[in-house]
Amino acid sequence: MMPSESIDERITDFDRESIKPYGDEPGDGMIQLGFTLPVPPGPKADEAAVRLLEKMGLEECDVVHSRGLGDEFTFFIIYCRCGETVNYEEIEIATVPGTSLSYEEINELIAERSPRPLRVVGACTGSDAHTVGLDAIMNMKGYAGEYGLERYPQFETWNLGSQVPNEELIRKAVEVDADAILISQVVTQRDIHLKNLTEFVELLEAEGRRDEFVLVVGGPRIGHELAIELGFDAGFGADTRPDEVASFLANELVEG
Amino acid sequence: MPELKLDAEEIKRCREAAATIADGVDDFIRGHTTTSVERAVLRLLGVEGADDEGVPTVNIMVDQLKEEDMLSEGAALPLAAALKSSGLELDELTGRISRGEENLAQLARDAEISPAELRKFLGKPAGKESLELSRVRDQRNELQERYPPGDRPWKYVIVATGNIYEDVRQARIAAREGADIIAVIRSTAQSLLDYVPRGATTEGYGGTYATRENFRIMRSALDEEMEELGRYIQLVNYCSGLCMPEIAVMGARERLDMMLNDAMYGILFRDINMKRTFIDQYFSRLINAYSGIIINTGEDNYLTTADALEEAHTVIASQFINEELAFRSCLPPEQIGLGHAFELDPDLEDGFLLELAQAQLVRQLFPGSPLKYMPPTRYMTGDIFKGHLLDAMFNLTAAITGQDIQLLGMLTEAIHTPFVQDRALSLDNAGYIFNNAGGLKEEIDFSKNGRIQDRADKVLGEAVDMMEEIAEEGLVSALEKGRFASISRSPDEGKGADGVIAKDDSYFNPFTTLFREELEDDAI
Repeated sequence: MMPSESIDERITDFDRESIKPYGDEPGDGMIQLGFTLPVPPGPKADEAAVRLLEKMGLEECDVVHSRGLGDEFTFFIIYCRCGETVNYEEIEIATVPGTSLSYEEINELIAERSPRPLRVVGACTGSDAHTVGLDAIMNMKGYAGEYGLERYPQFETWNLGSQVPNEELIRKAVEVDADAILISQVVTQRDIHLKNLTEFVELLEAEGRRDEFVLVVGGPRIGHELAIELGFDAGFGADTRPDEVASFLANELVEG
Repeated sequence: MPELKLDAEEIKRCREAAATIADGVDDFIRGHTTTSVERAVLRLLGVEGADDEGVPTVNIMVDQLKEEDMLSEGAALPLAAALKSSGLELDELTGRISRGEENLAQLARDAEISPAELRKFLGKPAGKESLELSRVRDQRNELQERYPPGDRPWKYVIVATGNIYEDVRQARIAAREGADIIAVIRSTAQSLLDYVPRGATTEGYGGTYATRENFRIMRSALDEEMEELGRYIQLVNYCSGLCMPEIAVMGARERLDMMLNDAMYGILFRDINMKRTFIDQYFSRLINAYSGIIINTGEDNYLTTADALEEAHTVIASQFINEELAFRSCLPPEQIGLGHAFELDPDLEDGFLLELAQAQLVRQLFPGSPLKYMPPTRYMTGDIFKGHLLDAMFNLTAAITGQDIQLLGMLTEAIHTPFVQDRALSLDNAGYIFNNAGGLKEEIDFSKNGRIQDRADKVLGEAVDMMEEIAEEGLVSALEKGRFASISRSPDEGKGADGVIAKDDSYFNPFTTLFREELEDDAI
């Protein structure tokens, strides 16, 4: 029997400065695609799909399935090879700092260093009616086995729910003398969430209150980098746990 | 058919509690009307149009009456007084009012005609309108005889492009791919508009505005498909939000077949005032009842905020309440599409058994109602392949338990509003399972002491307890305590509270009695 080290030695290493998709063997570049073109089904439609992908630099396009949708559309499933590579090593991703404290540590930190529990107002703003994300972070029950902010003795919370106008959110934050404002944007169409978030920050700045609050935004299309660009202090994406947000707030408000 | 052994006594107790709860709602709203009910009455009486800025004439009229504290007698009597005293045709009068040349409150006040005479005067236009609505209802019945709808479960899909003409294109494709029901999702936030927009619309966020013209455009497109396919395609929209009764009028006239029309949804999920919602749902449901429209209730939404494992009984309780309130608007069981959902965490061991238990329980509790079964949403992720599989399990549950209105899950649920291919894939999914496993329900039974039976017993038991507690404390207090969807609402707050108006002794709505009498005669 060959020792396992030598097996590992025989397995090809990947060059992380030049990676491409892996389907069944290193370097095959296989990509799976599904899309629809507004043309009737048939060999001509298939050829149109292939030509389009070739223009995108994809090679050996194999139309494995195509079917008409009504009379004027064709849906394709296509496999093809990608010739391009990407340098994985040079990529840097911005992440929210200070998110690693536990429930107990967060409560302790605030109790020790803050004269009062931290006050947090949260809302889904604009036309967004989807409170799943906001509730996951704020409500008692929380998300992924982690309690929401409402459960923390050291947080006082106001969950304003869905479709809250920016003005109303600011009014409430001022009224309760909040330390932080959480905004959730789940469903967005044609980037309306970006407009809405920008307006919120502008409104706050116009009232001269930007420095009074730590601003946090969350949602499936939100990243930390985008949040900073929009004038927020932190941005959390999908699968964020409430303790990560709580930890950030505690660090930012108490340590900050 | 598989059958659970359910405790008949418990079911009876649920319905008794629902009746007590509905009595409480009646007491809560007695003696009140709303601006939106009165606008619906004006629409039924034929008031159309809008001013230069697009403010509908019915809004202008109702606001004029409200300003002069005249809404307590309703909007119908002042309209009759203005018509009778001015001698103008309706269109001429509404034109003048929308141009600001006349004021309805002023005209009515100056008229000095006895209420008895005005009521008599209203008999003709009200009778004409109800005849027109019954003609639309009869037309639906005739078309469905000639072009029978597809087999149940009906495959229900959504279009939501924001542009009614693009919606038409996608709806046509969906119908050809096997859809039985097309719902045009309403533009986000329309529920909070206190007026109904007008005309054909080509822009909207997350959906398309509900306007009478949009209703008409989609209806005629689906009727063309019906003739082509030999199958009646049902059309759905949203009878909800601050204009619930007005949208009922529009839907009744344009032959919509179903309306999302829940008694509590607006309170919980749109923070609309309780009194406003309960009054509006009563009148809008009466219109839907009269027009032969199937209402869809929204219990599935509870499980998007509350946990489907622990809160399953709240869905059952709400269904009993929705049913009883619908009965009070004269809706027969076959027009009460009670909602529920397939929302358990897919990582749960034997979760499928629990889904089967819930779906079968609902089926047996409401045997005469067309059940609306909603697909997984909460645990849908970007993994479209797993999502497609969840949707298949959802479809299999519906096939086994005999659901009626199957809102098809989309593999891209958590990602975007459905692409044209997503809809086709989900129609394939449902078509395959309904065809391939539709007969399973005649072959199987549940074990007497098995987990499915146990789960159903447990959920029904919890529902009885919850309903009897609510019957004791009242629905208003239950909503305050956040018993549904874990959302708490106060009776005096919420949007649209200022549109709730106390009636006085002279109050008159010509349609309430007219519709009720005819519906009650039919029931006998």
